[in-house]
Amino acid sequence: MSAIPPPPAVRLEAVSKRFGEHTAVETVTLAIAAGEFFSLLGPSGCGKTTTLRIVAGFETPSAGSVFLNEVEITERPAHLRKIGMVFQHYALFPHLSVFENIAFPLRLRRTEGGDMRQRVSHALEMVRLPGLAGRMPAQLSGGQQQRVALARALVFHPSVVLLDEPLGALDLKLRKAMQLELKTLQREIGLTFVYVTHDQEEALTMSDRMAVMDRGRVLQVGDPRSIYERPASRFVADFIGVSNFLPGRVREVGVEATIELDGGAVVRAGPEQLTVGQTVTIAVRPERTRLAGAPGEATVGPEGRWNVLPGVIRELIYTGSDTQYFVELGPAGVVMVRVPNDTPPEGRHQARPGERVWVRWEVGSTAVLLA
Amino acid sequence: MSVVDQRARLWAVLAPPVLWLGALLVLPLLLLCAFSFRSGIGGSLFGDWIVTLDNYRTLAASPSFLELLGVSVGIALVVALVATLLAYPVAYYLVFRVRARAGMYVALLLIPFWISYLLRVMAWKVILGSGGAVNGFLLWAGLIHEPISIFFYSRFAVVITLIYVWTPFVALPIMATLYRIDRSLLEAAAGLGATPAQRFWRVTVPLSLPGVVAGAVMVFIPTVGEYVTPLLVGGSTGAMYGNLIQDFFGRSANWPLGAALAVVMLVGTLVLVGATSRISRVERFIQ
Amino acid sequence: MRHRTWPLPAYYFALLALLYLPLAILLLFAFNSGTILVFPLKGLTLRWFGQLFATEALMRSLRNSLLVAAGSSVVATALATCGAIAFVRFRFKGKGLFITVALLPLYVPFVVLGVSLLLFFSTLGVPRSLLTIGAAHSVVSLPYALLIVTARLVGFDPHLEEAAMSLGANYWQTLRRVILPLIAPAIVAAWLTAFTVSFDEFAIANLVVGREPTLPVYLYSQLRMTSRLPLVVAMAAVVMVGTLSIFLALAWLRRILASTPASAAGATSALTARA
Repeated sequence: MSAIPPPPAVRLEAVSKRFGEHTAVETVTLAIAAGEFFSLLGPSGCGKTTTLRIVAGFETPSAGSVFLNEVEITERPAHLRKIGMVFQHYALFPHLSVFENIAFPLRLRRTEGGDMRQRVSHALEMVRLPGLAGRMPAQLSGGQQQRVALARALVFHPSVVLLDEPLGALDLKLRKAMQLELKTLQREIGLTFVYVTHDQEEALTMSDRMAVMDRGRVLQVGDPRSIYERPASRFVADFIGVSNFLPGRVREVGVEATIELDGGAVVRAGPEQLTVGQTVTIAVRPERTRLAGAPGEATVGPEGRWNVLPGVIRELIYTGSDTQYFVELGPAGVVMVRVPNDTPPEGRHQARPGERVWVRWEVGSTAVLLA
Repeated sequence: MSVVDQRARLWAVLAPPVLWLGALLVLPLLLLCAFSFRSGIGGSLFGDWIVTLDNYRTLAASPSFLELLGVSVGIALVVALVATLLAYPVAYYLVFRVRARAGMYVALLLIPFWISYLLRVMAWKVILGSGGAVNGFLLWAGLIHEPISIFFYSRFAVVITLIYVWTPFVALPIMATLYRIDRSLLEAAAGLGATPAQRFWRVTVPLSLPGVVAGAVMVFIPTVGEYVTPLLVGGSTGAMYGNLIQDFFGRSANWPLGAALAVVMLVGTLVLVGATSRISRVERFIQ
Repeated sequence: MRHRTWPLPAYYFALLALLYLPLAILLLFAFNSGTILVFPLKGLTLRWFGQLFATEALMRSLRNSLLVAAGSSVVATALATCGAIAFVRFRFKGKGLFITVALLPLYVPFVVLGVSLLLFFSTLGVPRSLLTIGAAHSVVSLPYALLIVTARLVGFDPHLEEAAMSLGANYWQTLRRVILPLIAPAIVAAWLTAFTVSFDEFAIANLVVGREPTLPVYLYSQLRMTSRLPLVVAMAAVVMVGTLSIFLALAWLRRILASTPASAAGATSALTARA
């Protein structure tokens, strides 16, 4: 346990960016630790790319400051920041060979001859493309181009690497493979990666920590698990994975909070900062819900560790690895229950549309959202 | 980079062309407009400047000026129409038949256009000359016994020459328009039972019409102001509006009146251009 | 989809033949030993070409044209490159106005441009000369150069500049090592186009010419004299062949422009090897 934590590699303090009338980034404060794989996640237009570009130096913030290893770089031009960047479409120089592309930053720094050659081939080995030094970018596949772009961004030993949706142009299979490779590479080199993506699955897979953004604001920062299991807002719960949402009002607060749903059914959640009478939304992940033909170990109503609600199956969809049951819980709403198709028959309930069933989930899986 | 740097860099790049064009294009045209309101042809250029509308009054009141303008517009219309009609089958051929190898064919078509405007008009002058290569050939071949007058310098010669000059050029915008027609529309029409002729007249032609009209306008506008071709092959009957302007700035020195004539043409051109064309079209055509 | 009734290829080739016919006739007369252009030809000779070089005024006007074309095309290309960069890479109000003005010479009849410049130079007290012709030509050929360079820049990945900067290159280094090598073919094409436009230009040159004529102006002045006609025709033939070669060079360059970056790289990597 070190007494003093190392300074964050990148820190943004109340950074805002306005383009005329439009605010792209609003009061963003983030601290990204050294050696961390940090993702900026959000839908298009949420400001994640603009934030990245501010760190890179291609945009100057309208307000706020940017720090690199606690040195302020807000006004410093991009070419003096020593930050590596990988673009979505790689931005390889088409008139230069792979070797020359990677050597570009070295030539600027007057690294010459044998030293340069060595560093370039080392970079190529790191991204697993030895022997392609003589090719031209147009002769490479998408995946290869991306690796060359990465090698080029790493070869001059930056302290931070920024990646702007680098896998966006690749097909699904390749993307999955590259996600793993990137993660492994990052861990091996130990560099700080700041990664922008709109694919929440990608962010959850690769990040040590992530920030979810919407409309210029950071909504939640945390590691993938806490973001997934404890979404702070409706937007986050909706954007990350799939959630069931049920509107309701707070009835009691205390060790457990009690929320009354439309139609009278009552649901319990863990201790939350709520006030009685507040309008809230309950969020439950489909995979945390279970189907039962009978109330099971609990009677209908709030008891034990489970929330149990009666309903009628409206629809079921077979998706190969699991089955999705859409159950109407009376006036409270419809929930989707995801049941893996490999559950042993005893634990699985074979249900058909029109049947009455009970849906239950652990009290601890209930997320209570205000907005 | 900071906003200030960006602005500085923008001005560093934008200033030269803006200043140059401002001085050598905008200023002269403005000067021309201003000068058209000057009366009298005597005295120093600026010393004896009296503002007046006289020049325009003279213009409006003079039937010969107006007639010449009308003739020029008429010639330009005929040239634009005929050139477009002649070029259309070529464009169609290159886009729908030749397709991929069209580059070579287009190049062949354009080489005369690029070689030289003056030389091509000169070639016609030589051919239509007083000896008259065409007449001479026909006489020598015994096909006629007397020179045919239409092959002399005349308005007809101007029209023919201009059609010759512009036809290769107007094929380009027509090609661009035809190229952009969605082939699946034609296939759909075929599927519905349309014959090739019907497909052409009911699908291809209507869809290509806007672009074709734009191309024709691109021929029309500069042709109205033509003065070189009439100068070379127009003879006495083939003068156009542009020759009048040139004359007033040349032999029959009356610069203010000439300026007024030029301003009328300028305004007419700008109105036409504003009404019909879009600059991006021009960009594609020139490519 | 065969059009049985429309002999389109025949039409195309017939039109092509008609297009080239006057030029062919002109070329033919350049070799004609008689001074009058009638059929049948008197005989074939090369003496007019020989006389070309002997005619001092003609050679002078050729020299003048080359000078004017060279000067105005360089200016036009440089300005067009600036304008293209500003237009494609920057945001500013009045972009539309700028482009409209820059492209005006494509729409406005040359006679109007010519007399406006005549008036302008007279007002300033600038005597008409090759300089005034050159200035006029730079304005007139600028639109062509602008369109060519702009087209190239538009197809240019905007992230390339940012990539270069992220790797440590300041703006001038980026310009030198990344932007210029990639737009070099377009700049050359633009320059050649501007050169051709200026060399052939007659309408405006005729209006702002001083004591030294350009080639087209000189040729025009000789057209009245029938004895001079063969000489003029011979010069025309030479110009045609010369312009044709430039045109072919342009076409070759366009192939490079439109080709894959790989071959573009092949052509330009030699230039940037020691960048």
